[in-house]
Formats: sequence, C-alpha cells, structure tokens
Amino acid sequence: MPFSFLSSGVEGIGAVPVWVPLAYLVAGVFFILALRGLSSPSTSRTGNRFGMAGMLIAVVTTLVTHDIASLPEILVAIALGGSIGWIIARRIEMTAMPQLVAAFHSLVGLAAVLVALAAFFNPTAFGIADAAGQILTVSRIEMALGAAIGAITFSGSVIAFAKLNGNMSGSPIMLPGRHIINLGTLIAIIVLTGLYAVSPLGGAGEGWMFWAIVIAAFIIGFLLIIPIGGADMPVVVSMLNSYSGWAAAAMGFTLGNTAMIITGALVGSSGAILSYIMCKAMNRSFISVIAGGFGAEASSGGDGVKSDRPWKRGSAEDAAFLLQEAENVIIVPGYGMAVAQAQHALREMGDVLKEKGVNVRYAIHPVAGRMPGHMNVLLAESNVPYDEVFELEDINSEFAQADVAFIIGANDVVNPAAKTDKSSPIYGMPVFDVEKAKTVMFIKRSMGGVGYAGVDNDVFYMDQTMMLLADAKKMVEEIIKHLD
Amino acid sequence: MDFISILSIFVMACFVGYYVVWSVTPALHTPLMAVTNAISSVIIVGALVAAAGAGNPVAKWLGLAGVVLASVNIFGGFAVTARMLAMYKKKERK
Repeated sequence: MPFSFLSSGVEGIGAVPVWVPLAYLVAGVFFILALRGLSSPSTSRTGNRFGMAGMLIAVVTTLVTHDIASLPEILVAIALGGSIGWIIARRIEMTAMPQLVAAFHSLVGLAAVLVALAAFFNPTAFGIADAAGQILTVSRIEMALGAAIGAITFSGSVIAFAKLNGNMSGSPIMLPGRHIINLGTLIAIIVLTGLYAVSPLGGAGEGWMFWAIVIAAFIIGFLLIIPIGGADMPVVVSMLNSYSGWAAAAMGFTLGNTAMIITGALVGSSGAILSYIMCKAMNRSFISVIAGGFGAEASSGGDGVKSDRPWKRGSAEDAAFLLQEAENVIIVPGYGMAVAQAQHALREMGDVLKEKGVNVRYAIHPVAGRMPGHMNVLLAESNVPYDEVFELEDINSEFAQADVAFIIGANDVVNPAAKTDKSSPIYGMPVFDVEKAKTVMFIKRSMGGVGYAGVDNDVFYMDQTMMLLADAKKMVEEIIKHLD
Repeated sequence: MDFISILSIFVMACFVGYYVVWSVTPALHTPLMAVTNAISSVIIVGALVAAAGAGNPVAKWLGLAGVVLASVNIFGGFAVTARMLAMYKKKERK
C-alpha cells in the first residue's frame, strides 16, 4: 500500500517522498509562468492555463499525501466553492470587476485566518508541534502573522467591496484620533505576537493571545480602509491584493510549502508594484493614501470652483462634422464613460470613423477606472482591438498632431493644472496634453461636476474646446446618427 | 525544510515576482489582479491539510470551510481571468 508510506506530515519531514516537494516546486514555477504570460495579450491565455495546471498539481499532491479518509467531504467542499466561483465569474459585469476582485481578496484573507486557526487547534497535522504537542516558537510567529495579515485582508476587502459596490458611501469616514487608534492597534498586534511566541511552552493559558491578535487585525483592517475615499480605491485594491499574497506566504512558512511561498511572494510583489504604479499615476505618496481622507475635499469643494468664464457648447452635429473631417482622433475615456455604459456606442463611433479613413486611437490613463487596467478591459469587452489602445507615455506626444481629442467621462487626467498650478491638489500628476490638439471635445453631463479632485479645468474654457453636455452614451449615439 | 532554506526560496521568489510583474503590460493589469487572486488561493493546500488531519474536529471543519472559500476563488479567479483574456483581440487586417 503506497499511501501508508506517503501519508506523512505527522511524522515529520523525513517521511515525505522526494517527488512531493518537487511537485510543489513545479506548481510554483507554473504560477510564475502564469504571470509571465501576461507580458502580452497573445501569450496571456497560455499563461492562465499554466496557472490552472499549477493549482491542480498543488491540490492533487496535497490530497494524495494526506489521509484520504476525508476525501468525500473535501470533494464536496471543492465542488460547492468551485461552482459558486464559476457562476459568479460567468455572470459578473466587467464594470463590476473591482468589486469582484475585492470580494475575492476577502475570501483569500478569511481562508488564511481559517487555516491559521486550524493549525492552532491541530498543530500535529501541520507538523509544527514538538514532542509535547506544543507549537514551535517560529511557527507561532508565522501563524500569528498569517492570521493577522489574513484578517486585515478580509476586513479591509469587505469595506473596499462595500465602497466599490455602492453599499457604503465612497466618501471617506474620518474617525477622530484615528491615527493614534491605528498605531495603537498595530503595536498591540506586534507585542501580542511577540508575547505569544515566547510564552512558556506547556502553559495552557497562552491561547487567548492568538485570538486577540486575530480580533485586533480584523479591527485594524476595517479602520484602515474606512477613511480612504473613492478616488484612492485603485491603490487600496492593489494593496489588499498584496496583503492576500503575504498572508499566503506566511502560511506557506508554517507548512514549509514551496508552492505557497513562491505564490505568496509573487502575489505580494505584484500587489505592491501595482499600488506603486497607481500612486505614481496620481502623484500621491503611499503613506498619504493610507492616511486617508482624499476625496473628502472633492465633495465639499465642488461649489467653490464654479467659474463665470465663457465656454462654448457644441452639438452632436458639430462634433460629427469635425470628427469625420479629422485625420487623427484620440479618444480619452474615463470612469464616467463606464458609469454611462457608453463603451459600446463609443466603439461603434470609432468604427464608423475608421471606415471614413480617420485614424482613431484610444489613450488610457493608469488611473482611469476603479482598478489598474480596468478601462482596457472595458474597451476590450466592447471589441476595441488592443493595438488601438495606448498608455499615457506612449501617446502623449501625439496630441500635438491630433485634430480632435475626444474626452469622454474623464476630467482630472486631462487637467493642465496638474502641470502648472502648484496649489492644485492634483499638481504633479501625469496628465494627457489634450490642450495641444486642434479641437478638444468634452463630453460631460453638466458644467457642475468637476471630477474626484474637485478642481476646475482650464481646458473647458479654451477657444478650441467644444463642450458636449449630455449623458455620454446618448451623446455618442447622437454623433453616430450625424456621421453620414 | 529548515527555516533558512524556506526563507531563501521566499526572498528569491520576491525578486522573481518583482521582475515578472514589471514586465506585465499595463493593459493587462486587471487580469493580473484576477489571476494573482486565483493563485494566492493556493492557501487551499493549508486548508486541505487541516481538513484531512485527524484528531481535531474543530480544525477539520475550519479546514473544510477554508477549502470552500479557496475553491470559490480558484474557480472564480481563473474563469474570470480567462473570460477577460478572451476579449483582448488584435485589429483585423484585411
């Protein structure tokens, strides 16, 4: 019976056959290849299959090397969770992707907490107990860290989900003295982890510390995210992505499992890099995002910036005329386009213009949308070919040659104040040089709303600017009607 | 495995992650998040160990609950990534 030889874990490392760590290593390498595939859309689908294969290897290896008596229950659990996940993935709207990712992060976080608790209750099964059945010191630290990061990921992601999904107001909630509360909770977690690690082996009373760490971490995750406003959500979602990775890595340390450690490190770095990219694209420091409060000024400052300067209102007919006469059109979509569900109409307009020989390109700002790359997915969904979609640094120099810059549902990312006005809250943020285009068309619902940052935009009042005030989808449909 | 070997793997993997993620095209950052979500559910390994572990019913049920949660993520994460990636098309050349 080979399985009696394989069912180790309890007896310790010595009993594990050599193919087991190798299989986990292969799984880890497959996960690296899954991310590597994403370097281009053409290789990405193969990459995703590597990811699935890696997961299959990891799960099967774990199942065959452990007691298979509970196999039926485990398979039921996988089938139950798997079908829920599958159905959600099939049905979710692409506009709701940020919420979905936040919800998935919360599940990873909670799973990490459950695994850490299971290890706490049954250390022998995890191979982290000494002869007396007590949990080893180093394992205590790993478990406590895994549980704490998992709990932060869970409660933070739940709040991020509620904010993104509209169950909770996107505006920041500022508790008085929150920095002191957060810092105190964080210190408490660290001190408790230390105490739990060194508390005398064999003492029965140290268990409360582990629970206290978990509870404090749940609280701090909640406290960290409630003061963060809607505009900063791309950073938050990326940050929680990173945390879910570190939680998996910490549990990988507990189990000595290479697949978990490699994956945790990959995901942790990935989330951290994405947070960095998002912060840079908004010219905000990571610390100031975490400190929270951005976006509070936006709601209150909205009335103060109204200006009496003259601006020109255009009609769909005027816009259609100029667009079909143009040689180069650059479309700058923002989150407002997604809110108005205008992406399909926009692609149709682009197609009609291309038929007429106009060179149509799309310019995407890193923070367009509610999560990194969100706008690219929305355009891809409405069948815009990805080689017509350009990143900020690749297309910004082209505006000077563009006949029309067509801005739909974006505002802050085309505001020249970011380049010139040192007192502006968005100063230093990289923006599109739309003002260099011969004609600027701005689709906006009204002159009132001024974006997240609550800053007026000089582009509205320029001679070459045409304000198209209407619902984005209706306006684009009107323009299509006038393109003959 | 001893702690130092594990730590070495972890540190190396952080560097691999750093370079691999920087090479991901910004257009695919949303699928990147979805797929990292799916692969971080490799935490299911821990949940499976707990669910299969004998001797403690509490740990077993916690493990099974963890298996359910991680499975939602694995199937959901890979499926939604595949769905997104299928949308990215090149320009049709005539």
